[in-house]
Amino acid sequence: MFYATLEGLRRFNISHRFEFLSIISLYAKWIREGRLKVDSSWNKDGLKFTVQDPCKLVRQGLGDAVADDLRFVVKQVAGEANFIEVWPNRSNNYCCGGGGGALQSGFAKNRREYGKVKFEQLKKTGADVVITPCHNCHTQIKDICDFYGGGWQTTHLWNWIVRALKR
Amino acid sequence: MPDEKPLDIVRLRAWVKGRIERSVPDARIDYCLTCGLCASGCPATGIDGLDPRKFLRLLVLGQDDEILKTNWIYTCTMCQRCRYVCPMGIDVGRIVYEIRGMRPRDERPRNLQRSCDLQKETNSTGIPNEDFVWVVRDVLEEVRQNEPEWADINAPIDKAGAEYYLNQNAKEPTVEPEEMVPLWKILHAAGIDWTYSSKWWDGANYCLFTGDAKDWEMTVRKQAEVVDALGCRYYINTE
Repeated sequence: MFYATLEGLRRFNISHRFEFLSIISLYAKWIREGRLKVDSSWNKDGLKFTVQDPCKLVRQGLGDAVADDLRFVVKQVAGEANFIEVWPNRSNNYCCGGGGGALQSGFAKNRREYGKVKFEQLKKTGADVVITPCHNCHTQIKDICDFYGGGWQTTHLWNWIVRALKR
Repeated sequence: MPDEKPLDIVRLRAWVKGRIERSVPDARIDYCLTCGLCASGCPATGIDGLDPRKFLRLLVLGQDDEILKTNWIYTCTMCQRCRYVCPMGIDVGRIVYEIRGMRPRDERPRNLQRSCDLQKETNSTGIPNEDFVWVVRDVLEEVRQNEPEWADINAPIDKAGAEYYLNQNAKEPTVEPEEMVPLWKILHAAGIDWTYSSKWWDGANYCLFTGDAKDWEMTVRKQAEVVDALGCRYYINTE
């Protein structure tokens, strides 16, 4: 995940010649530049979207700027009116409970208890789709949705970009 | 020693605290105002009878045995929301990281340690690199055949001098290979010159979560070398 590399390069002072980027910022940049053409006309039924702010990417990584890019992309792809904000959000958002290796550690009962906070927060939005740019968040949010009975779709962002793509 | 006894001063050895103060120079453990902002906004509050504030009190009061034995360190996801709201900037997540690293390797959660150990060899799921290459080629061929409008799509591997290096969470080629396709389509539509590496393609890195700085450093160093050897200007992380 983003932070493992970003913070690893920094903390251990590892020399490198590349620039390290999140694909979320790039999606936003490419859409803004007109390099990636998307529109929300496919969303005729007004499918409602909300997002998870991955801790490692947002609070611990690039901060609110990347959270804003994430929202920009979702709004471009799903339609401005079809985005529902979570509260709290961006750098102040809750961890899903699957991060930090929790999905691998094996304390499933604790992990789901932790995830109850995320479940309630997402349920309150009433969104049909929860966008999870991080694979860990994806697995955990899908799991707590099934476990507590959420009824939303948990998906990556890229599927919807392709759906909205104009070539 | 029964838990209901008052605080045992004899046990105030606090060597764990000393070690954290040495390894995390800006830990500022003694600055804690015990205000509880950390605990009130932490989803791990109450689980296993702990929360970030109580955890820090155990540390400050030298309750080393409790600190070292609690599995709460694996329920805390080190998400650092506590640090974000702490008026004194104390980072409980960072402290939890150090304490995870104090666990002997064979007493850490097995799957977590295994994911890191596999990553040090190849990737966190441990599938051979040849399988990754095969899966990418196979899925690519399928897209080209089944979706005529994407017949010219590509998924280069080890393309020296490509502008962008891309990684992929190991779970995608391993258990949901179709999830790689949208990325290829987006990069293709945007006209990006990119490549995977057959030597380091997994975007996940569980060595950050075992608390073992040596393992984490080794894996990041290795991936930096791989990307530099390809000569890519940008390294894209997908998550």
